[in-house]
Amino acid sequence: MLKSIRKNAGLSMLALPGFLLIIVFNYVPLYGLLLPFKSYRYNLGIWNSPSVGFENFGFLFSGDVLYRVLRNTLLYNLTFIVLGTTLSVIVALLLYELSRRFVKAYQTILFIPYFISWVVAGFAFRSLFDMEYGVINRLLVSMGEEPILWYSDPKYWPYIIVVAAVWKGLGYSSVIYYAALMGIDSEYYDAAKIDGASKLRQAFSISVPIIKPMIVMLVILQIGSICYSDFGLFYNVTLNSSLLYSTTDVIDTFVYRSLVDLGDIGMASAAGFFQSIVGFCLVLATNTIVKKINPENSLF
Amino acid sequence: MKTHSTTLTERRVTTGKLFIHLIFIVLCAACIFPFLVIIGTSVQSESDIVKFGYSVIPKNFTLDAYRVILHDPAMLLRSYFVTILTTVIGSLVGMWVTTTYAYAISRKDYRLRSFLAFFIFFTMLFHGGMVPSYILMVKWLGLKNNLLALILPYLISGWFVMLMKGFLQTIPEALIESAKIDGASELRIFAQIVLPISKPALATLGLFFALQYWNDWWLTLLYVEQDHLIKLQYLLIRVLKNMEYLNSAEAIEYGLVKPGMMVPSLSARMAMCILAAGPMLLVFPLFQKYFVQGLTVGSVKG
Repeated sequence: MLKSIRKNAGLSMLALPGFLLIIVFNYVPLYGLLLPFKSYRYNLGIWNSPSVGFENFGFLFSGDVLYRVLRNTLLYNLTFIVLGTTLSVIVALLLYELSRRFVKAYQTILFIPYFISWVVAGFAFRSLFDMEYGVINRLLVSMGEEPILWYSDPKYWPYIIVVAAVWKGLGYSSVIYYAALMGIDSEYYDAAKIDGASKLRQAFSISVPIIKPMIVMLVILQIGSICYSDFGLFYNVTLNSSLLYSTTDVIDTFVYRSLVDLGDIGMASAAGFFQSIVGFCLVLATNTIVKKINPENSLF
Repeated sequence: MKTHSTTLTERRVTTGKLFIHLIFIVLCAACIFPFLVIIGTSVQSESDIVKFGYSVIPKNFTLDAYRVILHDPAMLLRSYFVTILTTVIGSLVGMWVTTTYAYAISRKDYRLRSFLAFFIFFTMLFHGGMVPSYILMVKWLGLKNNLLALILPYLISGWFVMLMKGFLQTIPEALIESAKIDGASELRIFAQIVLPISKPALATLGLFFALQYWNDWWLTLLYVEQDHLIKLQYLLIRVLKNMEYLNSAEAIEYGLVKPGMMVPSLSARMAMCILAAGPMLLVFPLFQKYFVQGLTVGSVKG
């Protein structure tokens, strides 16, 4: 017994700082899941604040805001998963056809948006969409068209948001798939060539099936966070314009606004609770389904 | 007949390749075009912007915008200082706690291995969310307007631990066994054997950390109200949101611009963006290799 403790003590000491940080920053906040059931008083703390049962959820579900943010969050994330994954795989397959020299050059450029923050991305998009000086409106005016009030008309934003997300993430995600393609044994392709298979046929019959486990794994991870959004995208690229909320407000921006701008902790924590629970159930469900179909592709 | 068909296929292959190149050239152009507009506008004169809008190529080249901002760069420098400080401390400490934790759960002979692995993996699946974290930071830890608030929350994360674990698992056990027989302590084995052979993985991890801390504005947005603790990216949010920010009383109060000075705000905000984001945008692509490497070592499977 003593010997076993001593034997493991060294490694335990090494893991200790990380362990403590995980407790404080990941597990202690779970206590806050009680928050939505309380009417939080700053001076009383979470435990001693009066209980209100499901009142906060009542407010959350009765308004039409929940429907709006939930719809936006899910639709955007589904689009990102489907479109983002498809485009990344296509880009990776195309890169795979080119020689290393070009791949490196193209990758370096496609990677640039990945290195910037969403704030700088906000600048980049504003330089295009600014209503007075933006490149696009000036182009429209020079062609004799009316300028478009981009930042006050929500109907354009589903497209702009998707473009922004793809623009920023494509370089990175295509590299993941490209790296997986590079690991494929060239013998497969040699054999296919002898059989006279076309490039397209090779891509669909060799490349895609081989990187499929990786695609499935990344998709599960994305489904697991389908209730979460990249806050920066929806906050900075839209300039947090309240006129656009009907198409750009997602759970995260709603929680943030309720918490910081409105100070409505009940509402914010109820929405956050909903997000945590639904998100968790979705990962478990997806993983179970994948495990049933093909155990090798499952995450855990 | 045979030769004829080969040339035909060859021709088809080259047109196919050309087509792929064309796709990538268009994609790359779309990727960097907005940045070119930002650069072009920052050296454009104010009256030209009003007349012609933002553009890549300035009609009249001028450095006025930079001159105005750099005239009194105290605020900018202070933000640089806070950003560099949090990036350096956060990356170094983060690398240490991440690697030590990942190393412990990568060792097959460690008793607590599976418990600790699950302990971190669970955090990737289930989060308490924004509100509890906010209350933890502000109320329980009292870190509002504290430099630590800009560092602590990012020190350890499931992704980075899994990334390192994937790499550390590939270290041959014999190497560690032989050091143990020589009577070396775990700390010593870690510092003198494991760390040196993990340099490529550490480079990758360090870059991910540096990128995260450098680009962070979220923690400032939540936890900082005092100007001397503002990070660069957050400073940029203010400039981005309010076109006239550089001419506002607030900007004068913060010492960003001199009172009474008329700022060419349209070009200056772009110049500000370049001064804040530019340096790192030049540095990170040089290390792109390590990012790619980071994606290929180890799998995330728990």
